[in-house]
Amino acid sequence: MSGEAWTFWIVAPLTVLGGLGLVMSRKAVHSALWLAVTMIGLAVLYIAQDAPFLGVVQVIVYTGAVMMLFLFVIMLVGVDASDSLVETLRGQRVAALLAGSGLAVVLVTAVTRSILGAPVDGATLAPVGNVEGLADLIFSDYLFAFEVTSALLITAAVGALVLTLQPRAARRRSQRELAAERFRPEDGDFSMAAGLPTPGVLARHNAVGTPALLPDGTPSELSYSRVLQARQSLAEAADGVDEPLPTDEGEELTSDERPADGGERE
Amino acid sequence: MNASNYVVLSAVLFSIGAVGVLIRRNALVVFMCVELMLNASNLAFVTFARTTGTLDGQVTAFFVMVVAAAEVVVGLAIIMMIYRSRRSASVDDASLLKL
Repeated sequence: MSGEAWTFWIVAPLTVLGGLGLVMSRKAVHSALWLAVTMIGLAVLYIAQDAPFLGVVQVIVYTGAVMMLFLFVIMLVGVDASDSLVETLRGQRVAALLAGSGLAVVLVTAVTRSILGAPVDGATLAPVGNVEGLADLIFSDYLFAFEVTSALLITAAVGALVLTLQPRAARRRSQRELAAERFRPEDGDFSMAAGLPTPGVLARHNAVGTPALLPDGTPSELSYSRVLQARQSLAEAADGVDEPLPTDEGEELTSDERPADGGERE
Repeated sequence: MNASNYVVLSAVLFSIGAVGVLIRRNALVVFMCVELMLNASNLAFVTFARTTGTLDGQVTAFFVMVVAAAEVVVGLAIIMMIYRSRRSASVDDASLLKL
């Protein structure tokens, strides 16, 4: 067997395995990783077929950019969101499997019965080199398509921005307004002119979720991020427990996991 | 080596992707299966470029990659929007045109 045949028979089963893993994994993250296996395998096959430029682009664009984008969205949408096993249409899975294997049989039969030319080697395919040959074609015969591609890409980028843009719930207050609020308060209370109190940093607990303690030992609500408060109350609502903010008693302050816990549940 | 091996592999990957599109419920996984089908067609393009002895197939595969990248960006943005309004990424839940 030639080197190319060795490459093919090692990599091709791996790509098929990646495809099957993509379809069969329950979790979306596992599916994405299986798809990355398939894409890297295809990059190897491109390079084995005298298309080194496409192989490199496959790794950079697909495995690098596209799969990372998928993983980002999976993390945003929720890693634990797995498929339900309930069939919406009865017998749809069986029908889909039958139709898919039918498609595979038809395609494979057509391919094996067709007459393909003998593959040429890389020197015949692109005498001046693969990248140079592709550049020759792209910037001559396919120049118009190439230019249209740039319009497509910028449209896609702007479209994604417009689609995912979230309008602000409230108008953003300018720095001037914030400063006026601090140094020219309407109620004449200048106690916050030096800024809000910083979170409590104590000997046994220095997380930002720890409130500062007032001289009488009660926690200061102002020293504690409102976002963290909301997360904590959400987490407590989910747990069904109603814990107060940590107080000055030492044993309660050792509960390191509480603010982190609220963060994870977000 | 016989070029039809590559095309058979491409056909098998394409069918796996098609089955995935039909049976999976999670919109993200369905989208990944579409990507698998695009990749399979790219493999066929590269193989045909080799059997015809010209680079046009490779240029086509290159353009397919560009279009697929643009499609992923817009598609994922749409999935994010649907997820934000419905708190679900299942294709079954998005059954109405508006909420």
